[in-house]
Parts: sequence; C-alpha cells; structure tokens
Amino acid sequence: MEVHKPFIFRNGVLLVSIEIDVKGVSKSYGKTKVLRDIHLQIQRGQIYGLIGPSGSGKTTLVKLIVGIDSADEGDVEVFGIKMPNLDLLQDIGYMAQSDALYLELTGYENLAFFASLYPMKKTEMKKRIAYAAELVKLTGELKKKVSAYSGGMKRRLSLAIALVHDPKILILDEPTVGIDPELRLSIWNELMHLKNEHQKTILITTHVMDEAEKCDIVAMVRNGALIKNGSPDDLKAAYGANQLEEVFLQAGREQS
Amino acid sequence: MRVQALIKRIIKQMLRDKRTLALLFFAPLIVLTLMYFFFNGNGNEAEIGIADVDKRLVALLEERDIHIEYVEAADSQTVIEAELDGLLTDENGALKLILLNDDPSVARSILVQVNQALLMQNAAVGGDAPTLETDYIYGSGDTEFFDVLSPVLIGFFVFFFVFLISGIGLLKERTSGTLERLMATPIRRWELVAAYLAGFGLFAVIQTVIVVSFSVVVLDVVLVGSIWHVILTNLLLALVALSLGTLLSSFASSEFQMVQFIPIIVIPQIFFAGIFPVEGMAEWLQGIGRIMPIYYAADALKGVMYKGLGLADISRDLLALCIFALVFIVLNVFALKKHRKL
Repeated sequence: MEVHKPFIFRNGVLLVSIEIDVKGVSKSYGKTKVLRDIHLQIQRGQIYGLIGPSGSGKTTLVKLIVGIDSADEGDVEVFGIKMPNLDLLQDIGYMAQSDALYLELTGYENLAFFASLYPMKKTEMKKRIAYAAELVKLTGELKKKVSAYSGGMKRRLSLAIALVHDPKILILDEPTVGIDPELRLSIWNELMHLKNEHQKTILITTHVMDEAEKCDIVAMVRNGALIKNGSPDDLKAAYGANQLEEVFLQAGREQS
Repeated sequence: MRVQALIKRIIKQMLRDKRTLALLFFAPLIVLTLMYFFFNGNGNEAEIGIADVDKRLVALLEERDIHIEYVEAADSQTVIEAELDGLLTDENGALKLILLNDDPSVARSILVQVNQALLMQNAAVGGDAPTLETDYIYGSGDTEFFDVLSPVLIGFFVFFFVFLISGIGLLKERTSGTLERLMATPIRRWELVAAYLAGFGLFAVIQTVIVVSFSVVVLDVVLVGSIWHVILTNLLLALVALSLGTLLSSFASSEFQMVQFIPIIVIPQIFFAGIFPVEGMAEWLQGIGRIMPIYYAADALKGVMYKGLGLADISRDLLALCIFALVFIVLNVFALKKHRKL
C-alpha cells in the first residue's frame, strides 16, 4: 500500500503534490481502539472518499486530519507540515458531521461570522458569501433564522460555511446526509467543478456506495483499519466485481 | 479582528435570547426587592404602650403614625401580654423604652420615631433632654438585617447570574458542536476566551450597574462610601464569575450538569460572605473562606457601603479578586486544549 511520492517541479520550485499525508495514525478512546495504524496520502485535485459503516472511525480520522483531535501514535501532515497548525487551518474548509450552527442567528449571519474568522476584505467576503450560498441553493433563505431551517437546509448551510473562505482543501464529513437526491446531484456536480476548475482537494466521508463511485480514490474503513484503497475501477477489477459494494463485502471478509 | 467578530456574534445571540436577558437584568432586582420587604417589615404598623408619659410627647408620637395604647403596669410582661411592639414609661424623669424586638426592623423604626419625637419636644420646650433608656426583650439593638445583608446580596446576585449565564453560554457552544467547528478555523484559544470575557462582560457590566443603582436608589440601601467603588468591586466579582463559569462549563456535558455546580460552587460561598460571622468559625473553615471569591467581594462591599471605606482600604480585597480572575482566565485557555492542542 506504500505509495510512491510524486514530485512536481514548476519554475525550479519544488511543489509537493501530496497535500494530506497520514502516517501510521492510531487512536484509542479509553480501551476502545478507534483507529489502527492508518496510512493514506491524498494528492492535489483529488476527490478522496472514506467509506465505511458508522462507527468505523471515519469521523475520528477526519478530526485528526483537521487537527481538532490528536493521535496517540503517528502524525498527520498537510502540505508537508505537521498538524495541528493554525496557519494551515486557513487552507482547510471543514464540514462537521453534526451541523455546528448558531440557531439564533440567520443563515447570512452564520456565514458572515465564520467568514470573518479568516483574513478577507469586506467586498470579497460579500462575494464569497453570495457564491457559497448560491452553490447550496440557499440564497433565498439567508435572512431566515437557522432555527427555522429544515435538516437538509442546515446541512447545506454547513457546506456553504466550509466553502466560504475559498480553502484549498475541503474536508467534508457526511455532507449529503438528509439532502434530497436532486440537490445531492447538484452538490456533487459542484464538487467536481471545484476539483476540475480550481484544483481543490476534497476528502469526503460517506456510507453511500454510489457516491463512492464518483471519487477518484476510495478508502474502505472498517473497525478502525483501512482495509483497501484505490480507484473504484481498479478495486472492482481486482475483485472481479461489478459494484463497489461487493468489493467492500469481500474485502471485509478477508480482514476478519 | 477575530475577537471582534466573536464578540459581535455573542452580543447578537444574547440580544435574541430575550428570556435570558430578562433573567440577567431583572431577576436580581425581583429577588432583592423581595428580600427587602421580608427583612424590613413596615414600621408604620408599630403599636406601643404608654404609661405615665408627657402628653406632648405622646401627641408627637401619634402624629408619626404610631398606634398608642395606654397601659397601667410598665414591664416586659405587659408588652408580651398586650401584644405590643414596645412600651414607653417615665421613671422619675428618665424615659424607658422596652422593645419587643421580635422583628428588628420594627423595633428600630420605633426607636427612631421615639428619638425624633423626643428631639422635637426638646426643641419646643427647651432644657435638658430627658435620657432614653432602651431595653430589648428579644435580641439587642444593633440588628438591622437588610442593611448588613444587602452589600453581600448585591455581590452574590451579580456573581450568581453572571456565573450561570456565561457558563451555559460557552456550554451551548460545546454541545452544539460549534466550539469544535471554531477550533477548525485559525482562531487562537486565547482569542476565544478574550471574546467570551468581553462579550459576556458587556452584559455583566450592564447588570452590575442596574443592580447597584436599583439597590441604592429604589431600595434605599445604606451607602456610606462611593457608589463607584461599589460598581468597581462588583465588576471585578463579575469578571471572576464569568471566568469561573466558562471554566467550569468545560467539566459539564449538559445544561443540567452546569446547574449542578450551583450547590457545590455557588451556595457554599454565601456562608463565607459575612452573613454569618466568619471570625467565630473553626480555623479550617476560615481557611476555606479565603479561597472563596465572594468572601473578598463581600468584605469590600460591606466596607464601602456600610462603613464608608475608601479605595485604599479595600485594595487588598480587589487585588484578591483580580488574582482569582487571572487564574481562571489562564485555566480557561488551557481547558480549551481539550479541543485542540494548539
């Protein structure tokens, strides 16, 4: 599973194209082992999917990468710098699994508050807020208090907040839970657009197999261990399967 | 910049939560007013017995809304049997006032009225003022409970409400996941603590000014010293409450658990606030008192409001409060490490 580190030179400057490097990370809560020796590398402009059942450790891994939890063993590096690092957080847009929103405030106020935590000019901020809101189709609802939002609207607002400061890396924990199929499709189209046009790196967790199909690389997580990773097509070929779901089940059997 | 954004957000949230605002600003006033009426009974209902007293003096007393009852025998027994609040007799030129004193405020009110009547009669008649000897059936003369209690109460209510509301404010940030979300932004831990202190501090300042002004202007609590010193002391106490509330909220996982800190952290402090004489306590108990912020605040407040002490006299108490606040603030910054190491 050891991946060769590709380097890109531009104008004589070394650009490390591996943006997220997870090096042998383990984590326990009390006596429960949540993560076991996880290694993974995510390249610039990739959509990297973490797939696995709930309780498999996806969220913990994501939190370690963002730096809001610390590993017992191993390191996480982003742009070659060890996390947590305050400057690097500037380049990361994080969407938590639970909607972390201020219910007393309106959608706009939530966006404006989080945007103002990053260095940004007023005019740029307004543009970014408008862009992020439009992306998740919330423009018409921004004046409403979040307490009046539906579950799906809160999810979309959380996604907009993750995008509002134009980060290089997006880390999205179950972004499409509770969102209707049509909007889910439009969000995925937008993620593809962000990846293709703006070379954003996107780490996404999901337990929906058809979303995993859309990722460049899929990593299967089970019981805190990364059991298989690769592009969806490679994985299917390796197992002679038509669907990722079969791969997941077979790989799971191998592990146990 | 980030601190400013946070402060703005905290203020907005507070302003939208009208009930919490009402609790912060008006609940202390209601409780203080109730206490005031409980401890300061209405002196106008006082009824005293009169035996062998100058008629002019009696007339003056009647003008002052005191019910007069003429009695034969002049001793304590008469007072109790006739259900009087006091009894005034003239024993060979020396006036003697027996006070029931089952309610210190009533007794004091009678004493004041009789004294004033005596002064007026003296001014009219001239000559030596007759001496007034006072006897108490229950207790003694130096009990005016609310006057002693009110500086302590003002401090206590400021502490209590600021503690609760700031603690629950930060707790909400934790339980809703927004604190973790904030930690995924480049915000520094001290920035968060500073913003919480400033945002909630603003409301604490408003509350302190309202409570102190209400007590002094409306409830007419004794204030010998400067009102600014009272406000200053209360502001420092509010800062202690604010930093302690946010600190303890990191050890609570729900609003209910935050409320559980009240009997453990808040109530015991009342015992060391000087409502009960601290000097009479066992030495180890006095030692505990020294680690209670309210002990110092109450000492300073009583000093200013009751004894009329100046800033220099209460500077040690104020310094102690500053140290408490500083320690709690630093601990707050460390407590946030739970969410992000950096």
